[in-house]
Amino acid sequence: MTKLLIENISKSFGENQVLDQLSLRVEEAEFVSILGPSGSGKSTLFQLIGGLFAPDFGEIRLDGKRINGETGSISYTPQSPSLLPWRTVLGNILLGGEIVGEIDQALALKMIDKAGLKGYENAYPYELSGGMKQRVAFIRSLLSPQSLICLDEPFSALDEFTRLEMQNWLLSVWEEDKRAILLVTHNIEEALYLSDRVIVLSEKPTQVKKEFIVPFPRPRQASILLSEEFLSWKKKIYNELRVIM
Amino acid sequence: MKIWYKGWRPALVLILLFIVWEVSCRLFEIPKWLLPSPSQIWLEGAAGWSNYHHHLTSTIGLTILGFLIGASVGIAVAVGLHLIPKLREAIYPIIILSQNIPIIVLAPLLVIWFGFGILPKVIVITLVCFFPITVAALDGFRQTSSELMHYMKMAGATKKQIFWKLEWPYALPSIFSGLKISATYSVMGAVISEWLGAKEGIGVYMTLASSSFRTDRVFVAIFLIMILSLVFFALIVSMERMIVKWKPKGDGKRRD
Repeated sequence: MTKLLIENISKSFGENQVLDQLSLRVEEAEFVSILGPSGSGKSTLFQLIGGLFAPDFGEIRLDGKRINGETGSISYTPQSPSLLPWRTVLGNILLGGEIVGEIDQALALKMIDKAGLKGYENAYPYELSGGMKQRVAFIRSLLSPQSLICLDEPFSALDEFTRLEMQNWLLSVWEEDKRAILLVTHNIEEALYLSDRVIVLSEKPTQVKKEFIVPFPRPRQASILLSEEFLSWKKKIYNELRVIM
Repeated sequence: MKIWYKGWRPALVLILLFIVWEVSCRLFEIPKWLLPSPSQIWLEGAAGWSNYHHHLTSTIGLTILGFLIGASVGIAVAVGLHLIPKLREAIYPIIILSQNIPIIVLAPLLVIWFGFGILPKVIVITLVCFFPITVAALDGFRQTSSELMHYMKMAGATKKQIFWKLEWPYALPSIFSGLKISATYSVMGAVISEWLGAKEGIGVYMTLASSSFRTDRVFVAIFLIMILSLVFFALIVSMERMIVKWKPKGDGKRRD
C-alpha cells in the first residue's frame, strides 16, 4: 500500500522555480532516501510535505488523503535536533504526542531505556552530547502519532563514529517497528546503507532524476559497507550525481 | 558563598569610598546640614527607625502594588502586540513616545485628573515599569528560534500551542531581564509618585527632611531607596533561578 504519493508537484518562490513536476512515492514500511545536490530543493520538498506551504500545482497524498498545505500529518525531524531547551528529555519526547493530545509516558520511558538514555529522563538538553540529543529527537519522531517519518539530514552534524552508531541504532529500532521513512541526505553511503530505495534529484528546477532499488538484505550488516558490491553501487550513484553537478 | 567570592571587589571599593567620605567630612569640618558623614547618617538611620519605619512600609506596599500592576500590563501589552502584528505596527511607536513624556511633568497632571488617592501613584509606577518589560518580552517572542518554530508547525501545533509551548518559554529569560530593570525602576517610581502628595512614604519623608535641612535624613532616604531596589532586584533574580532552570549553570560551559 502506498503511504505517501507525490504527484507532479511544482513550486516557485517568485521568479525562482524550485520544484518542477516532481513525483515520488513511499510505500508502507519502506525506507526511502532522497539524494540531491545542495540547493536542489530538498528542504522545500519537506516543507511542502509538512504543509508549511502548499504546492503551486500537483498533489500530495498521505494514505490516499490529500494533504496539500496541511500541517501535522507527518512526523518531522529537522537537521538539528531542535529540542526545546526548557523541557527535559522525557518532556521533549512527549511533545509530538502532546500536540495532538496523545501522551504515552510508559512507552516513552521504554524507548528512552532502549536508546541507552536511561537515567537521563530528567536531564535538560544542554546536558546531553550531540549524539544523545539526536537520539532524543529520533525517539520523539518515532513516538509521534503520525505514520510517515521525515528525516532532514539528521546525521549531518555528527562525527563519523557517532554517525555510524546512530545509523545502526536507527536501523535496529526501525526493524522492530517498520514505519515509512523518508530521509533526505547528501551522503551516498548513508542512503545506500539505510534505505530500500534511493531517489536522486536533479538540479533546480528539481525533478526526480533516477531511482535505485537497493538490493542488500535486511537486517543490514555493517560489514556490507566495505563489500565490492556496495562500492560498485556507490560508484553508480556517484556517477549519476556527478552528471548533475 | 559565591556572592562573597565575587562581591569582595565592589565591597572593597564601597568601603574605601565611605572611608574617604568620612575622613574628608571630619578633616574639612563640613557642617552636617551641608554633607553629613557616613557615621552620622548611620546614627540617624539607626536612631530614627521609629520616625520612618511607617514611611518605609508604605513605600514597600506601593512599590509592590505598582510593580505587580506594571509588570502585568507590560506582559499583557507585549503578548497582545505579539499575537496581532498589525496592532504592533500601530502601537509600538506610541509606546516609545510614552516613555518620552517626563514623569515629573506628568505626575502633577495625574493628580489634577485623579486626585490624591492611590490611582495616580499606581499610574506613575506602571508607566515607568511596563516599558522595559514590554520591550524585552517582545524581543524575546520575536527571537524564537525558527527551527523550533518549523518543527512545531510541521507537527501540527495550533497557534495557541505554539505560543504556550514555544514562544512563551523561549521569551521567559528576556521577560526576566525586563522584570529586573522594572523592579529597580518601580522603587524610584513609587518615591516620585509620593512627592505628588501622599500622607506617608519615603518620598514624603525625603521632602520633609530636605525642607527642614535635615540632610542626614535625606541621605537615610537615599540609602533606603537603594537597599529597597537591591532587594527587589535580588527577589526577581532568585525567582528567575527557580523558574529558568534549563540554562547551563556556572560558567555556561556545555557538556558536549
